[in-house]
Amino acid sequence: MLDRNGIAQRIAQELQEGWYVNLGIGIPTLIANYIPDGLNVEFQSENGILGMGPFPFEDEEDADLINAGKQTITALAGASIFDSATSFAMIRGQHINLTVLGAMEVSDTGDIANWKIPGKMVKGMGGAMDLVASADNIIVAMSHTNRKGASKLLKQCSLPLTGVKCVKKIVTNMAVLDVTPEGFKLIERAPGVTVEDIKAATEGRLIVDGDIPEMRIA
Amino acid sequence: MNKIVADSMEALAGITNDMTLMVGGFGLCGIPENAIAALVKLGVTGLTCISNNAGVDDFGLGLLLQNKQIKKMISSYVGENAEFERQMLGGELEVDLIPQGSLAERCRAGGAGIPAFYTPAGYGTEVAEGKEVKDFNGKPHILESALTADYALIKAWKGDRHGNLIYKGTARNFNPVMAMAGKITIAEVEELVEPGELDPNFIHTPGIFVQRIFEGSHYEKRIEQRTVRQQQSLS
Repeated sequence: MLDRNGIAQRIAQELQEGWYVNLGIGIPTLIANYIPDGLNVEFQSENGILGMGPFPFEDEEDADLINAGKQTITALAGASIFDSATSFAMIRGQHINLTVLGAMEVSDTGDIANWKIPGKMVKGMGGAMDLVASADNIIVAMSHTNRKGASKLLKQCSLPLTGVKCVKKIVTNMAVLDVTPEGFKLIERAPGVTVEDIKAATEGRLIVDGDIPEMRIA
Repeated sequence: MNKIVADSMEALAGITNDMTLMVGGFGLCGIPENAIAALVKLGVTGLTCISNNAGVDDFGLGLLLQNKQIKKMISSYVGENAEFERQMLGGELEVDLIPQGSLAERCRAGGAGIPAFYTPAGYGTEVAEGKEVKDFNGKPHILESALTADYALIKAWKGDRHGNLIYKGTARNFNPVMAMAGKITIAEVEELVEPGELDPNFIHTPGIFVQRIFEGSHYEKRIEQRTVRQQQSLS
């Protein structure tokens, strides 16, 4: 099984040269720590920056330079800053190559729920609905099951949806899966996890085609 | 052109109960601190506030919430505010949650004379309820209407008496689009400069969108999530 960093490390392997990438809050943020050497990618934060750099050193924090998680950040050489409408033009206009975000539930048709639990405080969707509705390439980073052990990979989402038929790939602590018209297609197993484990933890349609390799995490 | 007003109180002249205000900023970054403080002093109530967030308990729009001056919030994310939660759950506060990109574009559209537009964001979710759906290029989109406000309260880094503005860092966020969508836009700046000092090639908000401008003071610029990395040790 992978921990949060392992999930981030595996997703980092999906990055390609020259990509513009939007990372959501939580596990996705950790992906920036695992960019392969020599690969040029640029991170967008939807509050209005491209070329987001690492956190600042202590005493160098700038209140006027934050990411969408409201954390203090830095801007790399070559960064650009813009207003919120321009930022979402990049997103809606499909100029962003990859969006990675967390989820509470994903359905085997690619629906995603990650913004609201009925009966609990509603905080809002932020930019998640815009991101999932427009991205060509969406990877969900999440644990395979919830805290009660129930599957988060479902036939149908039970929670209010963030978007429909949009998730393309899921990386969990147990597996890498593609969302296909026939359901979740198992691509890789996490170290120490069997196909049977994954079947038991997946409620939605699961396609297991031949031998499933174990992930390679350096 | 001289749009300079003496201070925040003079800038707010004409704001009365039950008006709709746009308030710039993302979280606490780039919020009009002086205008918000003046609104508290002015004591107007029944306000509808269009702002991406609702501040925190004791800063930003949280100050207006504490004072029960806001009737309705139109936002994309409101998670950091206990008083907000209490008023919302108690039915004292109406809340309209909008996807962030749709919120930004609705403001931009309001300022640009576009009454409505189609977007894929929110299709198939509760955001789409009651909205027209239309397919473009085989993909469903929903119709979203433009937003305008009686007053827009925005914050910039530098400005001149013509109302030309430049912003600093990610404090830009919603400020330029809200500047466009206010019937009366009040800009507060950290530094008021002489016309000509701002290079026309680098103006972010042209003065035509701004009706009043003043130099703010005592900016606190509170940071919500102070995150740092360790200094690499010298070896």
